[in-house]
Amino acid sequence: MSPSVPLQEMIRAIRSARTQCEERGVIQRECAAIRAQFRQNDNGSRSHNLAKLLYVHMLGYPAHFGQMECVRMIASPRYSEKRVGYLGAMMLLDEKQDASLLITNSIKNDLSHSNQYIQSLALCTLACMGSAEMCRDLAPEIDRLLRSANSYIKKKAALCAVHIVRKVQDLGELFVSAARSLLSEKNHGVLHGAVVLITELCERNPETLERFRKTVPDLVQIMKGLVISGYSPDHDVAGVSDPFLQVRILRLLRVLGRNNETASDAMNDLLAQVATNTDSTKTVGNAVLYETVLTVLDIKSESGLRVLAVNILGRFLLNNDRNIRYIAMTSLQKIVVTDHNAVQRHRGTIVDCLKDQDASVKRRALELSLALVSASNIRSMMKELLVFLSSCPLELKAQAASGIFIAAERYAPSQRWHIDTILHVLTTAGGDVRDETVPNLIQLITNTSELHCYTVHKLYRALLEDISQQSLVQVACWCIGEYGDLLLRGECQETEPVQVTEDDVLDALETVLQSHMSSPATRGFALTATMKLSTRISDNVDRIRSIVSIYGSCIDLELQQRAVEYNALFKKYDHMRAAVLERMPVIQRNSSGQNSEDASEETIKEIQVTKVKQEELVLAQQPAGPVRSHDQVCDLLDLLSGPQEPLQPSLAPAQPISTTTALMLDRFYIWTQKGFILEHNLDSGLLATLTASNSSDSDISSFTLQAAVPKVRLSVFVSELEQIMRNIKDGSIGVDGLSLNLFLILKYEITGINREGASTPNSLFLSFFKSGHDVLHLRSFSLFRCRTDLIEVIT
Amino acid sequence: MIKAILIFNNHGKPRLSKFYEHFNEDIEQQIIRETFHLVSKRDENVCNFLEGGMLIGGSDYKLIYRHYATLYFVFCVDSSESELGILDLIQVFVETLDKCFENVCELDLIFHVDKVHHILAEMVMGGMVLETNMNEIITQVDLQNKMEKSELLLADKCSFA
Repeated sequence: MSPSVPLQEMIRAIRSARTQCEERGVIQRECAAIRAQFRQNDNGSRSHNLAKLLYVHMLGYPAHFGQMECVRMIASPRYSEKRVGYLGAMMLLDEKQDASLLITNSIKNDLSHSNQYIQSLALCTLACMGSAEMCRDLAPEIDRLLRSANSYIKKKAALCAVHIVRKVQDLGELFVSAARSLLSEKNHGVLHGAVVLITELCERNPETLERFRKTVPDLVQIMKGLVISGYSPDHDVAGVSDPFLQVRILRLLRVLGRNNETASDAMNDLLAQVATNTDSTKTVGNAVLYETVLTVLDIKSESGLRVLAVNILGRFLLNNDRNIRYIAMTSLQKIVVTDHNAVQRHRGTIVDCLKDQDASVKRRALELSLALVSASNIRSMMKELLVFLSSCPLELKAQAASGIFIAAERYAPSQRWHIDTILHVLTTAGGDVRDETVPNLIQLITNTSELHCYTVHKLYRALLEDISQQSLVQVACWCIGEYGDLLLRGECQETEPVQVTEDDVLDALETVLQSHMSSPATRGFALTATMKLSTRISDNVDRIRSIVSIYGSCIDLELQQRAVEYNALFKKYDHMRAAVLERMPVIQRNSSGQNSEDASEETIKEIQVTKVKQEELVLAQQPAGPVRSHDQVCDLLDLLSGPQEPLQPSLAPAQPISTTTALMLDRFYIWTQKGFILEHNLDSGLLATLTASNSSDSDISSFTLQAAVPKVRLSVFVSELEQIMRNIKDGSIGVDGLSLNLFLILKYEITGINREGASTPNSLFLSFFKSGHDVLHLRSFSLFRCRTDLIEVIT
Repeated sequence: MIKAILIFNNHGKPRLSKFYEHFNEDIEQQIIRETFHLVSKRDENVCNFLEGGMLIGGSDYKLIYRHYATLYFVFCVDSSESELGILDLIQVFVETLDKCFENVCELDLIFHVDKVHHILAEMVMGGMVLETNMNEIITQVDLQNKMEKSELLLADKCSFA
């Protein structure tokens, strides 16, 4: 009698239950019977009972009482019981349960069992649910098994080792030599496991990565064998020889070749060969091609190969199969920052994908389109994006709206266009925008004083049409309150004049106040706007007074408080009313980089002039002070606008950065002239040391150094950096070519002669690259087109 | 890494659920229900990749699924797996099941769910792909089943003696 028959009877019984209630009844009866039999320790049908319990567990009923039974079954000598016991352990136990510790010993014994299938059961279970302690205990066993002669066991041991390394990173050292020797295996399963193990080890430990770089030639050899070997029936999937192994090896090559010239060179030929030889008509071929493209774009490949890769992606984009198009867009997303121009070529296709029916494709197309927006194509892209916004699925609306805002802010060709765009978004997707949109928009409006009239007219009209979009209503109320007089004046250059009376305006505000669609915040806006209008209009002040006094007894506490205070403003403090309610001043724009991820601060180094010594002048660093706002930097730039400004030696201290990123600078000389050297030093944190030394005979005095970053470029840089921070969190991309101008002005006096030097515009660049998962590196200070007598650089 | 492998039918009834990361039982059921909701909404001719499952983990996770007759085969993976590769893996899995059960249908999966688990254990281990050669997998599974049968026959013989 095969062990599954009682299980099948139970399944039949469950399936024959016609209602959920009946099913529950059947299952409860079965569970009770199983529990009773567990207690009795009935040897004959233990495995059946556990199998039944696992089925019940899959359907969603509680099965925790089977945990101890699993432990007992694992310890049993019979294979069938062990099998079900281990399966139960994987499904019911986890590292948080105490019972899982009890099976450690059984696993240990089974790992040295003579029967390979029992060994494999133990390995499988350890890989699925092994806790850190279990892994620590059993790691030496796994290492031994990695060296055994049995390839079936070896491949399982390799993956088990991967799990161990994931749980306890330090144990990675243990497996390095075994992994290395596994690379010479012929068996594809073992090879596959070995490659996965090596990839995991390299990703976690940079030293191991260095060691495994030497294996690149071997890997290249294996790949060549797979690609050229011709038909091999064992591993063939639709004409491609073991595509899974090919993909794994390509991924490992990517990890090894990243940021390493020699390794990348060794792979160039192979990648070109794979890219050209693989058949792309089937999915498997495309999988290998896709992986090749990702590898090419991630390592330091030669430019011809990169062009080939981007072209392959372009071909993918035009493929009929939606899967391939989706994949292509995912990978273009990864390279859009580094190879921006190459991706721009495919902008048309990507924008077309916005109209695809498939929600996944739409999502990818949206992200990619937002990344491709630039100053030159902003108008056409925005048209497409706004059309998309009106018809996009709900889950993408918020993302689309905020993306449009960011793009509009960065590349708006004119203020009016900017305001129009934001209003358009608010009318189509006002319910899905983020909360900070309203204050941002208000600030934008106050800053464009010449468009106040136009804005308030447009908003008023939008308010009349629809009062359900809260963000729009809030902004409209605020503007009407502020600029109500402009609205009432009637004439406006930018839009057709429309006669608006005071009663109309007050009617509109009252509708908002009374509407059940308005949120409490919106009503607050409306009340305040009504109040502000009392100074801006002449005839209906009584009406305003009555509105305000009505709300003095409103249930909403906020509204009530406002109304009472406004009432007081009418009665007791009437003399102050005009002053209190006058126009708001222009709000100082806080930069978008106020959050802790603002990395721009680090580009400004901090220098403090210390006591001048006779022979030497050394610039020391000021310890990182408290976080100061971005505005400090802007003040400094104002100082630097004139070349003969007095010395301002201390610049804004570098802002302590969140623990996920760090900037590192290389050391090099910025200035050498007649014995005076200004050099820049590598520092492991944010602060860099500028050291000036004087090896000439005479003294140096009146030393000043000023460093600055252009304000305009800074805001662009900050938002690009923010995007990269977000991308870093999402997945690894290569950052290359993100750069920032730095100006240096240097003055000192030596032997009575005043010397002065400055970096010319566009001569000094900080450029960044990313290595590892979360570290952004400053690649170099590079000087271009500089006057050689003034500045010398040795990088 | 593969986070979970789910098989359910057109009405959302689970036929196989294998999680490679630990979740509570009720969360597991919620994941199955949520996945079913996401996958059943899809048309026939859209791509096989889905994002947006909330429960199984944030932005790094994707659902890669294939629809065969009455069953959905869903693999929940993170970004370290090749999407097209997983799609092929699903194909290999289904072909293996077909060979093992001879023209597999949903009823086979219902009544022999433990066997399906054992076949899957030969292909994916600890969330990672172990073996993709169909013949190799089938050979091993057959040997293990033979071993189990012979043990049972032995046990029966002993019990008669």
